[in-house]
Amino acid sequence: MSVLVYAESWEGSFRKSTFEAVSYACETAKLLNTNVVAISFGDESDDELEKLSIYGANKVLSAKGINKGDSESASKIISNNATDANVIIFASTYTSTMIAPRLAAKLKSGIATNVISIASSFNPIQIKRKAFSSKAIESIKINTEKAIITISPNAFGVVESKSNCTIEKIESIISGNITINGQEIASGKVSLAEADIIVSAGRGLKGPENWHMIEELADLLKAATACSKPVSDIGWRPHSEHVGQTGKAVAPNLYIAIGISGAIQHLAGVNSSKVMVAINSDPEAPFFKAADYGIVGDAFTVVPKLIEEIKKIK
Amino acid sequence: MDIVVCISSVPDTTAKINFVDNGNTFDSSGVQFVINPYDEFGLTKAMKIKEERSGKVIIITVGDISVEPVMRKALAIGADEAVRINMIAKDSYSTAAEIANYINNNSADLIITGKESSDYNGGAVGGMVAEMLNLPFINSCNGLDISGDSAKITREIDGGKETITANLPLVIGGQKGLVEESELRIPNMRGIMQARTKPLSVIEPIKNEILTSSISFEKPAEKGACKFVDSDNVSDLVAMLQDEAKVI
Repeated sequence: MSVLVYAESWEGSFRKSTFEAVSYACETAKLLNTNVVAISFGDESDDELEKLSIYGANKVLSAKGINKGDSESASKIISNNATDANVIIFASTYTSTMIAPRLAAKLKSGIATNVISIASSFNPIQIKRKAFSSKAIESIKINTEKAIITISPNAFGVVESKSNCTIEKIESIISGNITINGQEIASGKVSLAEADIIVSAGRGLKGPENWHMIEELADLLKAATACSKPVSDIGWRPHSEHVGQTGKAVAPNLYIAIGISGAIQHLAGVNSSKVMVAINSDPEAPFFKAADYGIVGDAFTVVPKLIEEIKKIK
Repeated sequence: MDIVVCISSVPDTTAKINFVDNGNTFDSSGVQFVINPYDEFGLTKAMKIKEERSGKVIIITVGDISVEPVMRKALAIGADEAVRINMIAKDSYSTAAEIANYINNNSADLIITGKESSDYNGGAVGGMVAEMLNLPFINSCNGLDISGDSAKITREIDGGKETITANLPLVIGGQKGLVEESELRIPNMRGIMQARTKPLSVIEPIKNEILTSSISFEKPAEKGACKFVDSDNVSDLVAMLQDEAKVI
């Protein structure tokens, strides 16, 4: 018996979402009175692998030379090492949405995605997940011996729980059915998935030339930038920045919405944020009903003041 | 080239989400159902591939008779045939098993699902179908070029994109970027008339094996009232974010 957790890495390093998944696995393992085994693909150094023990991993399995985007190979290796795992945990990432369902079908095990808390009972597992684009919380029961769980970003948090840890190299298997040609990654930007703070703007900004103040505010806060659907549809900002029901769902600690009215589809994608701030010239903007803090005012006067105030504290 | 597009019938994105029967059942009264937005990008892409390369587009939906209006809409947009598997979708595994079984008994060069459905947000059916059919699976796909038997695919990754080559057949999970929003098609009168006579076959499920069960739904806790800060006192907001909310 063990809790297995997929430790995703990006170019040899782990990120917050991986540490959160290991923290979640550790809490689950405590309740089941068992160990946490992490499994990792790629070419991390032993020092990097060792970091997983800070969050409670007792054993780290490492398969070198596997491209995580090859979900056939990745799910096969996890399956081969899951013989005595009762629970298999993933962070919700672009890659885990390919691996986890494959693994579930391969092991014929029930899967719960977008999970927001530790299971309320085990044997069988009963657990809460987000559904209806965060407009509802569903309780589901997993009826199989093994359960696969993918956790919603920032729902559980990163919790340190240092343990002794061994590192073991395991055999790589490569399916060869797909070829990964390369990646293009925008450099120097904070990614939406990992951001603690997101500064987002909408049509209230009046044009793409006005985004410099959004970017300046984001830089000061080490935040990612995002936008509403109309803004990406008109082409003021790239699609990759569109957050909302049909764009990305995000869950930062702080979401600052500037000149975004707050359509129900937009709110669905951002309402898992811990704290939301709305800045809008229209006091009737629906965003104020969802926000924790609000300023009724023109973005062109409020945002420069906000930038000045943030500079004072940084 | 035969392209199978998996379609979910989901509440319109503006629909109010409520539950009846002690939180056990989604309240569909007064709710307009639409093609799952992610599936619509996939359907449009399938139409474009078919127009370039010939072949047919078959849509498949797991559901009872209530999903047929959405299937007819997909036919009106231009799909050639529709298949409904006559069971209420209870979990990802049973849904995927029925789709995989249909494809096994027929054929497909390309299988397109949405990256997830906007109702249950399971996001697992595409990957499961791929595993059951032993095919490659690329999710969050935002670019697809097919030449001969080979597909060049881009998928969204954190902060960028990844380019992949794979041979057909394969399964992709689609999203915006596969086609642009402006390329989505609205059914015209001719399409709607034709859709009435296009084949919509109903087949019975073979297994219906459920691995997870939905127990109940609840609404997220209501947020407290918004605290307003005067636009002349922006420093108060910064202080609140720092001292009260502790997020900066």
